[in-house]
Amino acid sequence: MLSPAILIPAIINGLLIGAIYALIALGLTLIYGVLHIINFAHGALLSAALFAAFFAFRLLGLDPYVSVFLLAPAFFTLGYVLQRFIIGPASHGDDRNMLLVTLGLAVIIENALLYAFRADTRTIDVPYAFQTINLGFTFLAVPRVVGFCAVFAVAFALWVIMTFTDTGRAIRAVAKEKLGAQLAGIDVAHVYAVTFGLGTACVAIAACLLIPTYYVNPRVGDAFVLVAFTIVVLGGMGSVPGALVGALLIGVAESLSGLFLGESLGQIGIFLIFIVVLLVRPSGLFGARA
Amino acid sequence: MRPFLPIAAVLAVLAAVPFVVHSNTTLNFLVVALMIALAGQGWNILGGYGGQYSFGHAAFFGTGTYVTAILQVRYGVNAWFGFVGGIVAGAALGGALGALVFRSGLRGSYFALVTLAFAEVLRIIASVAPITGAGVGTLIKLDLGIRTFQFQSRAAFYWIILALVGVSLVLAQLIERSRFGAWLIAVRENEDAAKALGVDASTVKTVAMVISAAITAAAGCFYAQYFLFVDSGIAYGTWISIEALLTPIIGGVGTVFGPLLGALVVKTLGEAAKLLTGDAPGLDLIIYGTVLVLVIWIMPRGLIGGLASARKLMRREAPAAPTGEVRHG
Repeated sequence: MLSPAILIPAIINGLLIGAIYALIALGLTLIYGVLHIINFAHGALLSAALFAAFFAFRLLGLDPYVSVFLLAPAFFTLGYVLQRFIIGPASHGDDRNMLLVTLGLAVIIENALLYAFRADTRTIDVPYAFQTINLGFTFLAVPRVVGFCAVFAVAFALWVIMTFTDTGRAIRAVAKEKLGAQLAGIDVAHVYAVTFGLGTACVAIAACLLIPTYYVNPRVGDAFVLVAFTIVVLGGMGSVPGALVGALLIGVAESLSGLFLGESLGQIGIFLIFIVVLLVRPSGLFGARA
Repeated sequence: MRPFLPIAAVLAVLAAVPFVVHSNTTLNFLVVALMIALAGQGWNILGGYGGQYSFGHAAFFGTGTYVTAILQVRYGVNAWFGFVGGIVAGAALGGALGALVFRSGLRGSYFALVTLAFAEVLRIIASVAPITGAGVGTLIKLDLGIRTFQFQSRAAFYWIILALVGVSLVLAQLIERSRFGAWLIAVRENEDAAKALGVDASTVKTVAMVISAAITAAAGCFYAQYFLFVDSGIAYGTWISIEALLTPIIGGVGTVFGPLLGALVVKTLGEAAKLLTGDAPGLDLIIYGTVLVLVIWIMPRGLIGGLASARKLMRREAPAAPTGEVRHG
């Protein structure tokens, strides 16, 4: 069982799927880092984005790698509007209310999808879905390699935004010291909404990278988001490098436990990691303080 | 005795319902609404009075349901003892989880997340473990009789669940008026300040979680006896976590009657939606989600809080009213 010929491909595959997790987790951790709440609507938004990518392909004939350039801005706007005009005003600045509102939105979005599209599972056919790259000792699926590279491109772009633009500086200022930022003339409601928009755009990009090899149904986002919660907690809430490292670790752990224990137990393994990390070290690997 | 008069009055009115209403559909509707009210009252003890918002009360509901069913089906235990066993198991789980979570200082987002994950772990385990009947679920054999806790008449079930709701109302009222309740509310308002004044916050929260879990588990036990069937999606599904928090928040979070009022309103809305548009999947939940967001937006203290502010406002407008502060407009 432990021969490198089996282990190495499993690890590489884990890294590739972990990259997609990273993108979803990046959105969560970004929102947590600034708004200090967990966005429980993240999974429902992922399901919605997968449906959007699916219909862009089916109705408009857009390849997911093309439609991503439409969906990312569209979901940025959606996230902005949700935070600015619904979550923000509805929660009256109370964290507990904010959690409940995101939960309420999750329930609405998920069941609206169920109502509109029923529980059927749908897939798309793209010519490159089963193409592989031969590395000599193993084969890599092309869509996963594309996903892996895209995730690092997105992470780099986010880093550039955060470091070099005024918007990025404003976001970091609000994350560090909300009141101070407000006194310095930063519009906190706007920054919150931009952050929420960025997190939602991450989800849309992840959806476009997933759809060529994955399926879509109204509840598909939940599974990913519970994994993303684990990653964010493992890496440290609000930490971007933590999300990346945590995602790759979880990807590999899932791939290996799937190899040794089988699918459903592998899932429990992830939850157990999650609960243990929360109880033992809630600040995670890279987090400063809970 | 005075604070308990409203409870007695409400219970008396509700207890009379089966004498007037004979339709099984209506009684069934009320039984389910009261069951959700009970689950919601459990959530309300921890979430409403203690400020710890759990997103995974399904963990306790499901444990109550499964323990009641499994004790009867697999171990031949009498249904009434099974019922008590379910409540005890739920309370024990609440105590264990509370001790773990609160000792490690998890609050807010983290608490919501860990409860959600815990319910999900239990759901996955229940969907594969042989003792729960795995994917098939567990069926309690139909055997009418008082000894087996199974009744032909809906009214009998109605009075039982009403009695349980009555107990939960009295418990909530007792907690609200006790020293323990004052500690709990102090922790909700400002945990650090409460600690500084000598309140043992993590013990207070853990005790609240035990009571909370026991009440929600009782609703689960009742579910098993009423429907005689349980599987992992019913017992540990997100639907019950959501309904348990929805009812107190809509009715009035941290109030004695909030969950009961909320459950009646929420269930009526759900039924109305079904009548209007047919039984489409997801529609009732779309409405619940919308109501949740709207209530937080417009009436953050729920219907009871909203009514109280409205009354205050009215009294203030009357010329002879004494000057009182009105903070919620």
